[in-house]
Amino acid sequence: MKKMKRPDSKLNETEVKQNGDAGGHLSVFTNVHTAAGSPEKRLLSAFKKDTNPGKAYLAGREYYSEDGKTFELRLVRRIKQQLSADPTTRPEYPSPLGLTEFTRRATEVALGKSSRAIVEERVLGVQTPGFTAAVRLGAELLRNWYDHCAAWCGPVYLSSPCDDSLAGIFQAAGIQDIREYYYWDDQQRGVCLDKLLEDLEKAPERSVVVLSASAHYPTGADLSHNQWAVITELIMRRRLFPFLLLPPQALCYGNVERAAWPVHYCASQGMELLCAQSFSHCFGLYGEAVGHLLCVLKQNSLLLSVQSQAATIVKSLWAQPSAGGANIVATVLSNPAHVVEWKEEVKHIVERCMLIRELLRERLRLLGAPGCWDRLTQQSGLYCNTGLNEDQVEFLSQRRHVYLLPSGCLNVSAINGRNLDYIAESIHRALTTSL
Amino acid sequence: MSVFSEVALAAPVAVFKLSQDFNNDQFPNKVNLGVGAYRTDEGKPWVLPVVKKVEKVIVHDDSLNHEYLPILGLPEFRSSASKIALGEDSPAIQEKRVGAVQCLGGTGALKMGAEFLRRFYNGNNNTKTPVYVSSPTWENHNAVFANAGFDDVRPYKYWDAANRGLDLAGFLGDLESCPAHSIFVLHACAHNPTGTDPTQEQWQLIAEVMMRRQLFVFFDSAYQGFASGNLDKDAWAVRYFVSMGFEMFCAQSFSKNFGLYNERVGNLTIVARDADNLKRVLSQMEKIVRTTWSNPPSQGARIVAVTLTSPELFSEWKDNVKTMADRVLLMRAQLKAKLQALGTAGTWDHITEQIGMFSFTGLNPKQVEYMVKERHIYLMASGRINMCGLTSKNIDYVAESIHETVTNVQ
Repeated sequence: MKKMKRPDSKLNETEVKQNGDAGGHLSVFTNVHTAAGSPEKRLLSAFKKDTNPGKAYLAGREYYSEDGKTFELRLVRRIKQQLSADPTTRPEYPSPLGLTEFTRRATEVALGKSSRAIVEERVLGVQTPGFTAAVRLGAELLRNWYDHCAAWCGPVYLSSPCDDSLAGIFQAAGIQDIREYYYWDDQQRGVCLDKLLEDLEKAPERSVVVLSASAHYPTGADLSHNQWAVITELIMRRRLFPFLLLPPQALCYGNVERAAWPVHYCASQGMELLCAQSFSHCFGLYGEAVGHLLCVLKQNSLLLSVQSQAATIVKSLWAQPSAGGANIVATVLSNPAHVVEWKEEVKHIVERCMLIRELLRERLRLLGAPGCWDRLTQQSGLYCNTGLNEDQVEFLSQRRHVYLLPSGCLNVSAINGRNLDYIAESIHRALTTSL
Repeated sequence: MSVFSEVALAAPVAVFKLSQDFNNDQFPNKVNLGVGAYRTDEGKPWVLPVVKKVEKVIVHDDSLNHEYLPILGLPEFRSSASKIALGEDSPAIQEKRVGAVQCLGGTGALKMGAEFLRRFYNGNNNTKTPVYVSSPTWENHNAVFANAGFDDVRPYKYWDAANRGLDLAGFLGDLESCPAHSIFVLHACAHNPTGTDPTQEQWQLIAEVMMRRQLFVFFDSAYQGFASGNLDKDAWAVRYFVSMGFEMFCAQSFSKNFGLYNERVGNLTIVARDADNLKRVLSQMEKIVRTTWSNPPSQGARIVAVTLTSPELFSEWKDNVKTMADRVLLMRAQLKAKLQALGTAGTWDHITEQIGMFSFTGLNPKQVEYMVKERHIYLMASGRINMCGLTSKNIDYVAESIHETVTNVQ
């Protein structure tokens, strides 16, 4: 090992020591343990090491086109080129709250243009560098301000199952009390409302409940309008606080209004809420970290205060969000012609996902794979739950080189004409081989 | 009843309030010397020509994949950014004990470093470890470390107001008397807001004490290239500390030297004792990033990476940086000359001795108030001015105003 050269070194020992340990100190990082990788990371790592030519990774977060790659919407590409040729762009620090035009449009997407909350000016929108950042900011806002008497520390209720990074985000914000509410029922292969309500009924007042507005990760199972009505009634009665998620893949329904309906609904009931949004998928802007935190307040007299505190928190997190992606989204959403074109392109994404679901269902039916596969086409969006258990999922990755999320969910867009048969066959085998 | 009904209005951030007041001022000859960004002689922000060029290249590049960046960021960005700070031929890099995390600007880099240190430095979750920031310092340092969970953020002596220079004795005194293992936030060059940097000899003294007392080195490098116009010269302190065997963090910002203020391009460079320690540190950093922004934005990092890894573009960028630094030096020279020509009371050598974007003029709060109210020249209450706010068109007015202020207001 090369020894470090120190200018005018008085200590001859450094020439003798094995590892050039200057000054005889241990590393200040000596006691730092290797972090356990997230399941997602381990999965990806295993996939990368896999040398089987037919391997398929169905656990990714992006939308893949038929050729197996992520891609850029044509409209977005054009706009990027326009923006890069624009002589009037000003390289300056954006406001900590982000681009006004972007937050305005993002708010409209979530609440609808004619929302009373918007008209009454009791809505705060903050641009954030991505979806995780939006959740983080919301968590920090709650911790700092939910209970002014003491730093509020929960509880926060997350669905079972949920994105495994959510708990960590709240904890990083200083909220330690994280609990679960019943959501996905393996037997029913869907949401079990009764048990969900039971859990929330028992939640202490002022608990925060994190609910997926659409495209629930990782199950893809969403609540119906009726279920929302029942749940929001409980939330209001039990004085709980809703934190809604419109994650990246939500807009893969292609219908913005449909995906955001739960947010409209809660706001229309006069509720206060937080909502974390992402625009990555539906604009193909994965690398651009385009997120938004929406806060609907009960009184507009609080808007300036909450806004100023949000800005203060942002200053100590990332100071200002990045402009690039937000600019593109704002440019699209504020131009009706662009919106039409954008919706067309997104429609193709959505239709392809539906088609793959149908084809997969057909293949499985033809193969005689046990179980009912109708749910594949009853759900929509990017992820679907195959119903495979842990052992079967492991079989798929170990023996068939097909990688699903541990929960048995898969990203349908990663399935294409070249691997559909193999994947269907693999699922069939996983279900029929005794393990 | 709203759950937010107890939320108090936060105090406005001083520098933003100043900009607001400036914008609302109707006076035709108003001047804004409070802004923290580069301005051309026309008073406009400047898109670096090399950045414009690279942006076009990127936008027309068909081979780019449009995926989430890895959690730690764009690999080419991280390594080329660290090289800028530590030097192309840095032994530490060759020994594979340098790593980096792409972050949301300099603030993001400070934040990630602070979060890591709070969790893993000096015991686990030791929120009592003192964090020392210079007196004065960039106003956000306090907030970043406090919000990361450190209970004890304190000032170390730095600015000697009476002599308008570095209070070396005070600084060294604080280094000697602070609790062992304290964390010190050092400005790599072009100290904000005083513009006063330690000399090389002074850095050597500082390093000696820090090594002996096992204090943690956390550099904040937001102005590399802006201090002297030369990247390597501006990185001398950072590289010296590395050569002395320190483990350290260096939060780098490319907002100013690339003019990428709105793309939030930052890098936390980590220098560890060896590759194994580095690996473990990076694994924990990933967890921290995962719960903050998860995947950083790619646009700005791509621009920087493409520029730094192409000899031609790198050379062009260095020229662009020198252009900015030279304009600042010119304004310094001219302001001092004009004040001396006017016979303004006091010495004004500090205007040209101070380094970087900012100058601590020495104007007291009453004088600052006079400048703002009577002369419509906006500067921070501390007397800090941004040299970039000066132009060939307004420099006479500013010089005359300072002269009048110093003469009439004590």
